[in-house]
Amino acid sequence: MSEIKILNGNAAIAWAVKQINPDVVAAYPITPSTSIVEHIAKYVADGVMTTEFVTPESEHSAMSMCVGASTGGARVFTATASQGLALMFEILYIAASLRLPIVAGIANRSLSAPINIHGDHSDVMAGRDTGWIQIHSENSQEAYDNIIQAFRIGEHKDVSTPVMVTMDGFILSHALQDVVVEEDEKVKNFVGERDPLYTALDVDHPITVGPIDFTDYYFEHKRSQMVGMENAPRVIKEVGEEFKKEFGREYGFIELYKMEDAEIAIVVLGSTAGTTKIVVDELRNKGKKVGLVKMRVYRPFPSREIVDALSNLKAVAILDRAMSPGALGGPLFTDVRSSLYESDKKPILVNYIYGLGGRDIAPKHIEEVYSRLEKIAATGKRGELLSYINLRE
Amino acid sequence: MSYLDYVRQFKLPHYWCPGCGTGVVLQAVVRAFEALGWKQEDLAFITGIGCSGRMSTYVNANTMHTTHGRPLAFATGVKLARPEKHVVVVSGDGDALAIGGNHFIHAARRNIDIKLVIINNLVYGMTGGQVSPTTPQKFRTQTTPYGNIDPNFDVVKLAIAAGATFVGREAVTRPRNLEKLIEKSFQHKGFSVVEVISNCHINLGRKNKMKDQITMLRWISTKTIPKNLAEKKKPEELEGKILLGIFHEDKNRKEYTELYREIQERAGGNK
Ligand SMILES: Cc1ncc(C[n+]2csc(CCOP(=O)(O)OP(=O)(O)O)c2C)c(N)n1
Ligand code: SF4
Ligand SMILES: [Mg+2]
Repeated sequence: MSEIKILNGNAAIAWAVKQINPDVVAAYPITPSTSIVEHIAKYVADGVMTTEFVTPESEHSAMSMCVGASTGGARVFTATASQGLALMFEILYIAASLRLPIVAGIANRSLSAPINIHGDHSDVMAGRDTGWIQIHSENSQEAYDNIIQAFRIGEHKDVSTPVMVTMDGFILSHALQDVVVEEDEKVKNFVGERDPLYTALDVDHPITVGPIDFTDYYFEHKRSQMVGMENAPRVIKEVGEEFKKEFGREYGFIELYKMEDAEIAIVVLGSTAGTTKIVVDELRNKGKKVGLVKMRVYRPFPSREIVDALSNLKAVAILDRAMSPGALGGPLFTDVRSSLYESDKKPILVNYIYGLGGRDIAPKHIEEVYSRLEKIAATGKRGELLSYINLRE
Repeated sequence: MSYLDYVRQFKLPHYWCPGCGTGVVLQAVVRAFEALGWKQEDLAFITGIGCSGRMSTYVNANTMHTTHGRPLAFATGVKLARPEKHVVVVSGDGDALAIGGNHFIHAARRNIDIKLVIINNLVYGMTGGQVSPTTPQKFRTQTTPYGNIDPNFDVVKLAIAAGATFVGREAVTRPRNLEKLIEKSFQHKGFSVVEVISNCHINLGRKNKMKDQITMLRWISTKTIPKNLAEKKKPEELEGKILLGIFHEDKNRKEYTELYREIQERAGGNK
């Protein structure tokens, strides 16, 4: 039987990892993801998990160990945030290029400088070109469910690509919420065993991993890496459907909230989607045709779903919790905007940067965005493309 | 200048837990500044990340709060750009020896004139108490709930072997000796290392039957022994003891920025 537990996001992720019992976990502590690993350390010490748990001397080493273990055919998990993810970057690319289905739990946190431990999406957004699949969570339940699906998605032979599952640091990682946890056996069965395409520890079929590859074949190898990402949407969909059948909770690439007849909408990812839902409900009660598009899968980017969701609207605000200095707007904005290029009809788009370094985003801020969208929809006049929420200038 | 002038008092109360040894080290460092009469404008004070790293907020000089493990790399840049300045780094055991272990051995190898103070509280304090490369074996931490099996570094031996030209160790239980040792290390020209055995009763002590600072400081007192006293003891009496004092001082080896100036002159540059 499934049961309801009161868990914070870190504990929810650790719970899923405990049930999945990967072969290797290598991780270095960093706020706010530390307790994911601490829970795992305890599970291993108590004999609840049979995982090899390693405490390396940095995240760079942690991810390198994950690559080594995964190359050997192991199922591998790590957790990190912010500077820790930044320090992993060299190896994030290697994990993806070698098509190793490592799963990482990320408690999103801002990047230095100045140092700050609170949540924003600078860390994972910087990772958007590393070749990792990226799945975002609105709450602890989703973090738990996403981890379970992540192993299935990443380890699928047609995908064979690493996956990061993210949640907002502190807001989710440290806040207690009701989480439905499933039976151990059911989770184990759902995830199954890893059946690697190849392993470095097969003496009958020795392989070499990552050797030098110049102008002759590097390009072909990089192109072939994209196949995993190209196959991912199909597999993400299948795994989501199977998950729904097994556990009853539904997951797609994006979630549409009160979008059927919406004229204006916000696109956002992470915990702010939860706050936005409250505002949407309030505005709907006042008869306003507002909706929300919540991003779940950010890489591969679900362009078609975005076009279908947005092209008939009048005005849309894309909320980014990360900057992309020198670009047209934040990372989510540029992806959404470029997807809509394919559509004949498109809404007027505006971009907001919000919540850097954990700056609060309250319902009243979201209301302000909707009320501006209303004006844009009524007048057809956009004004500033990029603005900031709750910032002193 | 009084030692208090080297402290940004408007930043107080400080962030550290009551009774934390990190404050004792801050006091010793600023008293050494006072004793040497260093001008604030001649002083670059650089820290990494950790409870130890917070010191750059409180020291009233040119300070830099860098990234976890890298203060020595930042400091190397500062020293090469401004060799005439005093460059002081305060780091933690995790900061200097785990994630930043590479910078540590290479700064020592070069013998660059940076004064390093490592606050060795035997744990990753700031993140809640995970095992570090100096956590004693059998100690319980958040990541070793049933005791640590990893052997730990002897910081003094490591520093000497890597090439540091001044190496000493003290404990927060002996604040005056600590102050003197730090002052002496600051006068040394070359890479100096002072390891300070400190207490993190909150995130290490509490898991190891030393729940308050007094108990943990007592433990440090019984664990440590000054080198001169140790000389009179039998080997079996010194089993498991941590020695305090100066372990290495080499005034002959050339300092790195000097070597750098020489090669510049030979190459005809820097005229
Ligand atoms: C790249 C990176 N990884 C991890 C962290 C998280 N982190 C901050 S302080 C710290 C450990 C600090 O331990 P130590 O250096 O011994 O300092 P103490 O807090 O004990 O003084 C860690 C792991 C970080 N800030 N950056
Ligand atoms: S956590 Fe430990 S090292 Fe950090 S301030 Fe508290 S007692 Fe000191
Ligand atoms: Mg420490």
